[in-house]
Amino acid sequence: MTAAAEGSAPLRMTRARRNALLQSEPVQGFALISPTFLYALVLLVLPILVVIAHSFWTQHYLTIDRTFTLENYRIALTEPIYRDLLWRSLYISLTVSLFTVILAYPIAYFISFHGGRHKSLWLFLITIPFWTSYLLRVMSWKVILGYNGVLNSGLMGLGIIDEPSTALLYNSSAVIITLTHAWAAFAILPIFVSLEKVDRTLVEAATDLGDGPLRSFLRVTLPLSAPGIISAALIVMIPTVGDYVTPKLVGGKDGVMIANAIQAQFGKAANWPLGAALSVTTMLIVSLMAGATVLIIRTLQRMAR
Amino acid sequence: MPDQPRIEHPRAERPQSEKPMIEIRDVTRSYGAFKALDDASLTIREGEFFSLLGPSGCGKTTLLRMIAGFDNPTSGSIAVGGQPMEGIPANRRPTNMVFQSYAIFPHLNVEQNVAYGLKRLKLQGAEEKRRVEEALAQVSLTGLGKRRATELSGGQRHRVALARALVMRPKVLLLDEPLSALDKKLREQMQVELRRLQQAVGITFVLVTHDQYEALAMSDRIAVMFGGRIAQVASPKEIYQRPVNRQVADFLGGMNFVKAEIVEESGASLVVDTLGFGRVRTDKPKAFVRNGGGATLGIRPERLRVLWDNATAKFEVAGKVVERHYFGEITHLIVEIPGLEKPLSVTETNDFGADDIPVGTPIRLAYDPEALVAMAD
Repeated sequence: MTAAAEGSAPLRMTRARRNALLQSEPVQGFALISPTFLYALVLLVLPILVVIAHSFWTQHYLTIDRTFTLENYRIALTEPIYRDLLWRSLYISLTVSLFTVILAYPIAYFISFHGGRHKSLWLFLITIPFWTSYLLRVMSWKVILGYNGVLNSGLMGLGIIDEPSTALLYNSSAVIITLTHAWAAFAILPIFVSLEKVDRTLVEAATDLGDGPLRSFLRVTLPLSAPGIISAALIVMIPTVGDYVTPKLVGGKDGVMIANAIQAQFGKAANWPLGAALSVTTMLIVSLMAGATVLIIRTLQRMAR
Repeated sequence: MPDQPRIEHPRAERPQSEKPMIEIRDVTRSYGAFKALDDASLTIREGEFFSLLGPSGCGKTTLLRMIAGFDNPTSGSIAVGGQPMEGIPANRRPTNMVFQSYAIFPHLNVEQNVAYGLKRLKLQGAEEKRRVEEALAQVSLTGLGKRRATELSGGQRHRVALARALVMRPKVLLLDEPLSALDKKLREQMQVELRRLQQAVGITFVLVTHDQYEALAMSDRIAVMFGGRIAQVASPKEIYQRPVNRQVADFLGGMNFVKAEIVEESGASLVVDTLGFGRVRTDKPKAFVRNGGGATLGIRPERLRVLWDNATAKFEVAGKVVERHYFGEITHLIVEIPGLEKPLSVTETNDFGADDIPVGTPIRLAYDPEALVAMAD
């Protein structure tokens, strides 16, 4: 009996410990995210590792030479064509995120502060463009900006220009216009959410302390909605750097971006390692730029006090 | 209770000015058919600690927000310091507010919160710093200037909100239920501090509260409001002792109501017959409107005293204890009196054993006829 008691005591303890482990918050949390986590691991982390590995190799026609080399990165960073494409991609994505945030903020502000009972209706209306495919929306910009497009005929009809302008389509401005429109909703939502969280009494308190509408906005509402601005900027900036479809369709020769070059390396040029090196370089630069954006907005927020 | 020695109140009272600071004339605020405030008129004097007291939805917050400029009267006028407020936006009014939620700016620290309104005045750095320090000292927050708003306790947030408003040196400080979020002990401590602060700075304070004890403890005068109307404006003592109607009497602590028959009505007094208390002569309230031959008398539970053993009093009623409720320092007795439709509630200190009276005991109660006050229904 003593032996049985001695034997069962540690057993009971392990079971208790296992139950405690299963009920602990971190374990439950991991269990909850594990399907998504595994999915992300297999379809995101592994391919990225494969890409990173390729970027240090060399390709001879159809065979991959797996000796370590930094040659691809030298080409990616020094070859003028890639440098220019990278700069242009960064410039386009920065401009797009700036314009998108500037255009999205008033809409988000209007819905949050003046939407009244119809807030959800307004948000619903904003998602309507997404009922059609992205390709269709890009194509419709071609219809608007094209040589015989809506804008040109409109301007000619008004007598503002005499012949159709070719400056509207097939350049980086066309890419910027299209992307700004395409990403607006993604910027409106995070800004709207952060504005919803701004306690309206704080705005009243600012007014009570002597601020007019503009001042209370600049000193209270805007700094408190900075998290939304940051997420909006990042949500737009990160994917647009690597956008491939938009420049292909409306960018023409002057609107080509880095993703088009990467696609060419993996496709026609058949130089996977160089494509991989360009991808990794872009990825790193985007991360740096995202970090810099967060820092800049935080600094602006601190200066607004 | 005759011949009780008078105890001098220890706190130094500021001499009261008769000059009006806030004049509210026939103010109505309607939302469609609903009137949040119905033809309210009120004068709040300079340097006064004034409370707007009433249950939720009585219009007290609406009135406060209209003084601050966050809401506008549908009709009527409000003047602050002799200046009509119509058309003057909230940010240009000589009033500052302590919000119920305190509305401390979460992205700023204590100092920056307090200095918020000063920035617009373009003071010199040193002068601004001095005023912030002074305001923080007034609310005993010296040394906490660098704390972030998120690191403050409820009481500290209240103090920051006070300092942030006081630093503006407003003509009127508006307080919207500022103590309702604090626990009981802290609330009572803050009541004393708030009163002391008001006496020290001499600014007119207008406090909105639904807590009758808070209003009684802090105010120079109180306006009791019900359903958008001002029922009575008077000093705490007057309101408590001579409520104009049953509603006011009921809202401020317990009150025993006794039905009475008017026997004689003269300029300043009433003679009434009651079943339990017999014939009583009482002061006629100022706004007394005779409604047939009936009237209502009221007596506070603590104005009835238990007569122990063979003690007698000039005025007494006899009855029977039907319920007993123990509250620590006091005991609440419910006493049935033959002839009264409702039993009387009596508060008795426990010094003589009121907490041990068995239910069913016959009991005699002494009262002062002056404590029986007539009021409108």
